[in-house]
Amino acid sequence: MKDDIILKVENVSKSFGGVKAVDNVSFTLRRGEVLGVIGPNGSGKTTLINLITGFVKKDAGTVIYNNQDISNWPAHKIADAGLARTFQAMRPYPTLAAYKNIIPPLFSPRARRSARGKLGDRSAVAIDLLEEVGFERDARVPYKLAGALPLGYLKRLELSRCLALMPETIICDEVFSGLSMSEIVSMVPLMEKLQRDGITLIMVEHRLRELFKIAGKAIVLNFGEKIAEGAPEEIFNDDRVKEAYFGGEDSYVFK
Amino acid sequence: MPELRKERLDRGVKVRSDTIYALSSMKEIMFLVGPGLLLILLLLVLPLVVSPYWQRVMAITGVYALLSISFGFLANYVGLVCLGGALYVGVGGYLSGLMNAAGLPLIICIPLATFLGALLCTLLLLPCLPLRGVYFAIVSFIYPLLAGRLIAATGFYGGTDGIPGLDTLPNIWITLYLAILILLIILYGISRMVNYEDVGLVFRGVKDNELAIKASALDLTWYKVQAVYISAVMGCFAGAYLAHLYGWVGLSLFAIDFSILPVAATVVGGSGTLYGPLLGALILVPASEAMRAFGTLRIVFYAVLLVFFVVFWTEGILDFLKRKYEQFEHWVRI
Amino acid sequence: MEIIIYGIVNSLTLILMSIGFALAYGVSRIPNFAHGALFILTGYLTWLLRFRMDMPYGLAILLSLIIVAIIGVALYQIILIRVRGMPISEIIASFGVGLAILEFLRWSGLKGTAHMLPPFMSGSMLIFDVPLDYQRIIVVLGGVSVLLFLWFFTTYTKPGLSLKAIAQNERAGLVLGIDSDIAATLAVAIGAVFAGIAAIILLPLGNIVVEMGYEVLVFAIAVSVCGGLGSWKGAVIASFLIGFAQTITVSLVAPHYHFVTALFIIIMVLIFKPSGLFGRQKELEERV
Repeated sequence: MKDDIILKVENVSKSFGGVKAVDNVSFTLRRGEVLGVIGPNGSGKTTLINLITGFVKKDAGTVIYNNQDISNWPAHKIADAGLARTFQAMRPYPTLAAYKNIIPPLFSPRARRSARGKLGDRSAVAIDLLEEVGFERDARVPYKLAGALPLGYLKRLELSRCLALMPETIICDEVFSGLSMSEIVSMVPLMEKLQRDGITLIMVEHRLRELFKIAGKAIVLNFGEKIAEGAPEEIFNDDRVKEAYFGGEDSYVFK
Repeated sequence: MPELRKERLDRGVKVRSDTIYALSSMKEIMFLVGPGLLLILLLLVLPLVVSPYWQRVMAITGVYALLSISFGFLANYVGLVCLGGALYVGVGGYLSGLMNAAGLPLIICIPLATFLGALLCTLLLLPCLPLRGVYFAIVSFIYPLLAGRLIAATGFYGGTDGIPGLDTLPNIWITLYLAILILLIILYGISRMVNYEDVGLVFRGVKDNELAIKASALDLTWYKVQAVYISAVMGCFAGAYLAHLYGWVGLSLFAIDFSILPVAATVVGGSGTLYGPLLGALILVPASEAMRAFGTLRIVFYAVLLVFFVVFWTEGILDFLKRKYEQFEHWVRI
Repeated sequence: MEIIIYGIVNSLTLILMSIGFALAYGVSRIPNFAHGALFILTGYLTWLLRFRMDMPYGLAILLSLIIVAIIGVALYQIILIRVRGMPISEIIASFGVGLAILEFLRWSGLKGTAHMLPPFMSGSMLIFDVPLDYQRIIVVLGGVSVLLFLWFFTTYTKPGLSLKAIAQNERAGLVLGIDSDIAATLAVAIGAVFAGIAAIILLPLGNIVVEMGYEVLVFAIAVSVCGGLGSWKGAVIASFLIGFAQTITVSLVAPHYHFVTALFIIIMVLIFKPSGLFGRQKELEERV
């Protein structure tokens, strides 16, 4: 079972008013794998995620998840199938305590089908979940208002909102960006733990060093196109990747 | 001149009763439940002491209070600003009136009209649910206007004349206490749901962040439908009740007053909870009745008051009273 | 033929009614719900100045337009400036002001059929065998010239261009040294003047009644929402859509359906194209 394909993205495209945000991107992902998605700013990484998870309508292409064609499913149904995602710009419910932010996903049909969701008191489950991602229960962090939490906790909150769904796959949109070095260092083991738990991960990242501690392979996007795919060494030696990041050999930076 | 700043401190009893030890003394229990008890007592006793004219005013106030709570629930907890109060009233009233005219007794008409009417209203509003903010407000505002004009144009069941001669509620006591009872049940039920039930958190999530709700594998539209149905139930009951208070249904059930007053009540009473709209309605409707002698000039007073509250006193009466109740205030020199 | 000619007249009537509202919203995102009240107020002021104070008609019109512009400025500077950025509060505040004006006028004696503005020219002529009175021709000419003026103003004049800049990107406008409050004040005032011009052209066709104020407001909202809030080109197209749809229903079905048609069109447009016909579409807030 370790080898089977969990997600297959074929020729997905999207343009916004003439600009091709995502152009004919395809890739496949095996169960338990960790895939990095990298590329310069504006290369269509977040749009690709939005297309896969149904938050933006695709112009063309198919997405197969667990042998089901989810191309035209609404976002909530895709999440219900076990493909969860985090948002880059975190917007928690600011007027609610942190643990209450986790109650809506625990209330979802998918969570209620699972063993954890069947427990009576969702608040208790929510606080356990938050503790798993690093909210110190003893310091009463889960009880603080979500609007008052620092960025590091908000990223963890996003992650635990996904975990509440008991997902098979999580797509993380820049979990490391905006964090301080020490926060990143404490975040990496968390991601590794998710991987050990058998969760398939797609990580959109700018922090390549931390990304490749976790991810075995990556795809590189530039102007919406996939320009490279493979293990870290392959990618770093790819000419098109160099050109995308550094502007090519004849760029004035190198002259 | 020395510069002054207003300092606010929580009263001791407020600080103590914020925690789990609130039940330690009678005084603190009264501090917590006093305002609520006062409201209930006032609602129960007032009908006994006022004149028949004001008893009728109270019944109508109850109708507006229900509509205001319905509006406040959708606006404050689900984030849908629905100006379709008149749609609820009209649909509920007409359904109950039609069933009554067909010979059904009131005890069947009113509940049936309430629940079926709410279903109908929800179905009508269903296509607009993806809209947000001002757009939803505008569309929901247009629905009752459209319904009214359609009835006038097609001459549906009496057209502009309406259906007269319906059964009225048996006597003023049943009439009044029915309204008060339903009002209290709904007030208690809704505030319990939004504050203590998990589905209430989902509703708040719909208000704060629709994308997060979708990402939580929850069907956004389905929860909006549920919320609209709940508010429509309140509105349709108000309509059915009004129809049998007057013994008549007609175009005036779709009048924009039913859409506008809940907004005014929320502005005056204060948004954020259900009690603000309720308080607003309890103040505005009797006040408007008392100013009846001024003719249309009272609408001018009303409008000016509304502008004053929305521009200069945005916290509303409830938050103001709450602050006075819970905190000391005094001026300090900086 | 009749449908086409009356459709054009009707569409331009709608343009006149709504262009001020669409402009104020398009430039400064202010939904001026006092629009209908300003419309009636101008008509009533002109009537007062003309018949109570015996001024010449032209002077009365000019004076009342100036007064309405001042009211527009005051409306923004005293009230709306304090609730900027809160759409619902803006709507409630401006609607409250409009309500106060309209109901005050009603209370102070504006009812019945006693108040009429004289048409600029009486009589009628035949166009393609369809009788059309001169005032309606003036409506068409007035509507077209208002549009031309607006096009010229926003394409070639400096204040017009800065309004356009603010409308497209408020922050960039601020960087370029355009004061957004002054621009918004200007927009509300110009919107008010357009409401006034519309009143002066349209009111001679009937009586000055308070109900007309509400009707103008509803039509202005209908047209602007259909066209896409903020796009006055969209408002023009929507005016033609609604105008012709109304004329067709009136001549084919029955006269009292004309309001129903307008309302029905708004609901349909909003359901199928929530941003309006020409509104700027927002695909998703999260876009890298």
